[in-house]
Amino acid sequence: MDFNFTEEQDMVRDGLSRMVREQYDWESRRAAIASDAGWRPEVWAQLAELGILGMPFSEEVGGFGGGAVDAMIVMEEFGKGLVVEPFVPTVVCAGGFLKHAGSEAQREEHLSAIIDGSRVFAFAYAEPRGRYDYADLETTAKKDGDGYVLNGHKAVVIGAPWASHLVVTARTGGDRRDREGVSVFIVDKSADGIVTRDYETVDGRRASEVYFENVSVPGDALIGDEGAALPLIEQVTDEAIAAQCAEACGAMKVAHAMTVEYSRQRKQFGVPIGKFQVLQHRMVDMYTAYEQSVSLTYLATLKLEAGERERKRAVSAAKVGVGQAARLVGQESIQIHGGNGVTDEYAIGHYFKRLTIFESEFGNVDHHLKRHVSLA
Amino acid sequence: MNLEFTPEEKAFRDEVRAFISQNYPAHLADFGMREDMSPEDMVAWHKILGEKGWSVPAWPVEYGGTGWTPTQRYIWSEENARVNAFMPLPFGVAMVGPVIYTFGNEEQKAKHLPGIRSGDVWWCQGYSEPGAGSDLASLKTTAVRDGDHYVINGQKTWTTLAQYADWGFFLCRTDPDADKPQEGISFILVDMKTPGVEVKPIKLLDGGYEVNETWLTDVRVPVENLVGEENKGWTYAKFLLAHERSGIAGVARSKRGVEKLREIAAKETLDGQPLIEDFDFARKVSQLEIDLAALEITELRTLAGEQAGKGPGPESSILKIKGTEIQQRLTELTLEAVGSYGTPYYGSIANDTGSNEYPIGPEYAHHSAATYFNMRKTSIYGGSNEIQRNIITKMILGL
Ligand SMILES: Cc1cc2nc3c(=O)[nH]c(=O)nc-3n(C[C@H](O)[C@H](O)[C@H](O)COP(=O)(O)OP(=O)(O)OC[C@H]3O[C@@H](n4cnc5c(N)ncnc54)[C@H](O)[C@@H]3O)c2cc1C
Ligand SMILES: Cc1cc2nc3c(=O)[nH]c(=O)nc-3n(C[C@H](O)[C@H](O)[C@H](O)COP(=O)(O)OP(=O)(O)OC[C@H]3O[C@@H](n4cnc5c(N)ncnc54)[C@H](O)[C@@H]3O)c2cc1C
Repeated sequence: MDFNFTEEQDMVRDGLSRMVREQYDWESRRAAIASDAGWRPEVWAQLAELGILGMPFSEEVGGFGGGAVDAMIVMEEFGKGLVVEPFVPTVVCAGGFLKHAGSEAQREEHLSAIIDGSRVFAFAYAEPRGRYDYADLETTAKKDGDGYVLNGHKAVVIGAPWASHLVVTARTGGDRRDREGVSVFIVDKSADGIVTRDYETVDGRRASEVYFENVSVPGDALIGDEGAALPLIEQVTDEAIAAQCAEACGAMKVAHAMTVEYSRQRKQFGVPIGKFQVLQHRMVDMYTAYEQSVSLTYLATLKLEAGERERKRAVSAAKVGVGQAARLVGQESIQIHGGNGVTDEYAIGHYFKRLTIFESEFGNVDHHLKRHVSLA
Repeated sequence: MNLEFTPEEKAFRDEVRAFISQNYPAHLADFGMREDMSPEDMVAWHKILGEKGWSVPAWPVEYGGTGWTPTQRYIWSEENARVNAFMPLPFGVAMVGPVIYTFGNEEQKAKHLPGIRSGDVWWCQGYSEPGAGSDLASLKTTAVRDGDHYVINGQKTWTTLAQYADWGFFLCRTDPDADKPQEGISFILVDMKTPGVEVKPIKLLDGGYEVNETWLTDVRVPVENLVGEENKGWTYAKFLLAHERSGIAGVARSKRGVEKLREIAAKETLDGQPLIEDFDFARKVSQLEIDLAALEITELRTLAGEQAGKGPGPESSILKIKGTEIQQRLTELTLEAVGSYGTPYYGSIANDTGSNEYPIGPEYAHHSAATYFNMRKTSIYGGSNEIQRNIITKMILGL
């Protein structure tokens, strides 16, 4: 048993933490998310320079040979600053697909561009009617000569307005919701027939509805084996969930600290409100929920390489526990901040909003409780 | 004991239902949390009711009330909730109106009550200050007598919809040397167009603007705007808070909200089945309905007590606590029901509705997140739920 981080990991954390403090002070973040672009390519470039974008990849492909624990460290720091840059879609998801199933040529083409920050990805998997089932696909990819033709509509594709490329799930065979017949493609976003509708998200990011209308892609757009991608999608999204649990832990940690600090400063009835025992106990419960979340996040992260059943159980456990904690910490933070908590100006509300949306990404609490039950 | 309405009450319900269906402005039906709602929209129904004589049902008949029994008033709010009607804002009708007819003088009644009834005069509530929230009695805004005027200085905050207000009722300190902070406070009516009154909107989490900072700098108000006695304002403020709380349970509206949630969950799918047939989800909806049923009967018991002559007492704190918790859980579940389409910020999309554009997500999803964020306020305002629990601790449990 060892819950310690390596020296390198501590260094990465320190460097990143400094960068987030400097680049992601509250006013800078506010200005960035309100700008036309909605993010800061220069921050992305800086992340590339620091080696953050290459961290989870092996040295042979130009990465730094890190793994899930490193991604966890990064995401926790991102959570503390409410960083909006698309690390999960690009590095964890697209990078994950390439790492696990990309061909030699695909890795060569895309991985180095991910690592040096020149290529940004979005992961288009959700559909209007699919809820959290990755196999519930109406998007189709029909064989056409050597390539495929894509048709369909992907919903709320996070980071798509910033992306040059998309990772897209589509059905190449089988019936709706079958485990067989699901495939994954890498598609250039500027391909003919792709129409996007961009918008802001309630938690300060950007997303798109992405429509595919007879989009032709070459045969080598396919990642892994045709029709057999569901286990791969589950592996990659489990990695994304573990990463986002770490992000939620970072956000909860800051939200909790802000709330405790606020309760020290804010006086009513002649005393700091933190002296009211009813609030003290609730801040204790928030703290406990946060600590439990960190534990579940470690568990999920450390089981990502385990067998399928073990991995899924650990990841679902984390998504359930961290999801519940995110709701508790978010809501209580607002309540203890009183009227100030519901204003746009106070940072706490933005932590609350991110923690709210975290819950529904890659399956909500109910979904993962069910998955956990089904694997008992 | 009997839960059934009497034949008279049923006839009343039919009359009300017919009136609403014939008169409620169609474009406001199911208004939800629409951002495009104008101040005119917000008073439209109020004005129609004013003409009918139904805008202030709970007031004594001599001031324009209906003389309805509490049960009839309950039926009235149920019927409005059925169409999710946007009800008259409470500041005039439920707050300052009752203070004026109970503690005000004849001139004040003649001057102010008609505009409240008709909906022509928009009121706002100037109680809270940056340093005086839950501890309202610590307020610092001063009103200093200068001949036949008060000169008011201070800063109020959270003044709901003050950006449209014609008049405001303010708590001001008139005796800074009083023994207790609750003493030495006066209840003063202020024409919001008086020089020195400045209102600055505060943006809330959902992107909307419903509250304001209100600055009062050397605002000269004639002494006849003092309600009741000088330095006795706390008594009137507490009277008003009890009124504010009794309407806050929102049972009828939550019932409509649960229906709506069921409709949404019937359209959303999970594994190809309607979400509402999913046991986990359905169980949460049922749990909500059970809590709501309990609240409804608790409210009816409170109403029956009122009918028997008991004023709204500390029991109204139960209605506030449970009512707001249920409203919050309802919006949580609605957000949960819409899945990914709770994520877009529809405020960023509202402006580009060119007809060729693809719609983003189902219409019912559009305000689910904004409403959930917005409803966090309900356990904070009107006396936070912690303060309500303190009231029950003291007044009911005697601790
Ligand atoms: C099954 C059992 C086995 C036990 N075994 C042992 C043993 O082996 N050795 C031993 O020494 N003792 C033992 N105890 C005693 C146990 O430690 C006491 O019961 C415990 O400390 C609580 O004290 P009390 O029962 O006097 O309750 P009180 O101290 O009177 O507490 C009553 C209630 O008030 C609450 N309360 C008290 N102070 C505060 C505060 N400041 N803020 C908020 N709430 C407060 C408590 O949480 C509790 O809910 C045992 C008790 C039980 C029930
Ligand atoms: C949307 C909105 C609309 C509003 N509209 C109006 C309006 O129109 N006019 C107006 O005058 N005011 C209005 N208010 C103000 C509202 O009444 C105050 O926000 C409320 O009284 C709480 O005060 P506060 O925000 O300063 O929080 P604080 O009093 O600072 O409270 C912060 C936290 O501490 C807790 N707390 C405080 N004291 C205690 C205690 N003794 N024991 C335990 N916990 C405690 C509170 O419950 C809360 O969780 C509005 C507020 C909001 C959010």
